[in-house]
Amino acid sequence: MIDRINAAARRVPTWVVYLILLLPAPYTFYLALSGGLGPDPVKPLEHKYGEIALQLLIAGLCVSPLRQYTHINLIKFRRTLGVLAFTYVALHLLVWALLDVQTIGRVIEDIIKRPYITIGMAGFVLLLPLALTSNNWSVRRLGPRWRKLHKLTYIAVVLGGVHFIWLVKGIQLEPLIYMAVILALLALRYKRLLR
Amino acid sequence: QDTLEPNAYEDITQYNNYYEFGTGKGDPAKNAHSLTTSPWTVKIDGLVDKPGDYAMADIMDAMTIEERIYRFRCVEAWSMVIPWNGFELADLLAMAGVQYEAKYVAFETALRPDEMPGVRFPALDWPYVEGLRLDEALHPLTIMATGIYGKDIPNQNGAPMRLVVPWKYGFKSIKSIVRITLTDKEPPTSWNKANAREYGFYSNVNPEVSHPRWSQASERMVGGGLFAKRQPTLMFNGYEEEVAGLYEGMDLKANF
Repeated sequence: MIDRINAAARRVPTWVVYLILLLPAPYTFYLALSGGLGPDPVKPLEHKYGEIALQLLIAGLCVSPLRQYTHINLIKFRRTLGVLAFTYVALHLLVWALLDVQTIGRVIEDIIKRPYITIGMAGFVLLLPLALTSNNWSVRRLGPRWRKLHKLTYIAVVLGGVHFIWLVKGIQLEPLIYMAVILALLALRYKRLLR
Repeated sequence: QDTLEPNAYEDITQYNNYYEFGTGKGDPAKNAHSLTTSPWTVKIDGLVDKPGDYAMADIMDAMTIEERIYRFRCVEAWSMVIPWNGFELADLLAMAGVQYEAKYVAFETALRPDEMPGVRFPALDWPYVEGLRLDEALHPLTIMATGIYGKDIPNQNGAPMRLVVPWKYGFKSIKSIVRITLTDKEPPTSWNKANAREYGFYSNVNPEVSHPRWSQASERMVGGGLFAKRQPTLMFNGYEEEVAGLYEGMDLKANF
């Protein structure tokens, strides 16, 4: 069974994964344009991109425990998931800045004055060098430092989880579940993290 | 006031914050059908001459329903224009006879775990409670809404009777009211209990007092579409002329 999954995974080119997982971006945008996201489409569009980004970051965190505990090997897609996550974070940021907040002065004010936005922005900044080095040339060039650098994902995903908890009003279950999953996935590798 | 263009009925009734039925904007419209609104009684007690359980039907018989087209501004920085049907809260309070010592009015929403799926999770400390200073409650702009666009108010909008205070953020306009208590002390209010740093007792719409989460200087008008420009938020949501006098001499930054 596991061998068959691994064999199938080997046959799927990464560009197929890119294509499939990018589809929700234009589709959600189309829904927002056509009234499918309700009468105030900016917020749901912004939130959907953010939610997908967080889900992709979490999916990326699943890859190595999956290999360790079940021997399902999806390592080849991990970078794909990371780049996709960054893409959705960038879309989330763009919708927020251009369609929601709308002026550069207010964007800067929000980043400085509102802690949950500061935290979200910090997560984006941490992901930037990771996105920029997600290519074979950088992997070769950075050598062992590449792995170290890419451990920034762990911090970025926690910031993303806190950003989500902090932005909802009152106490809501969904962001707490995301955070629990994130912390559980990080706990699985705590020994390696200490090294 | 006469230039206000009301939002579509669908926008007003499909896009709601009513956490007793879920925290998503579409959840109340999906879930609130389970709320039994007839029969309905409202307990009016505290510092009144005639405390007791008032049947909703009797209240409706005694009140004169009129239309009020008001701006509605949510603390989340979106807004609508809503054609309410209802009566002045002052008229209802007069029915019960407000006593001289009363200084505040406390309100309470129904709490029905069997009919409200959202209250299974403590998003807020249920039941939802709100309050006004007596002079705010008696102000002619303050109404109890029982309809929208001439139809009975839908459950998701706070049937059978909800408060509407158009110069305050929407969460002050408490829905599906089962109890009104006249008191001499400032009553607790739900969002203030949940986060006192972010939500004050007054919660007047004020573009100059920014909320820790949202700049309140501007707003998105619901129904404007994906590329609509934000609109500047007006002092007291555009009702400054009518209500500024209530707060003369008060520091509105300290009393947010």
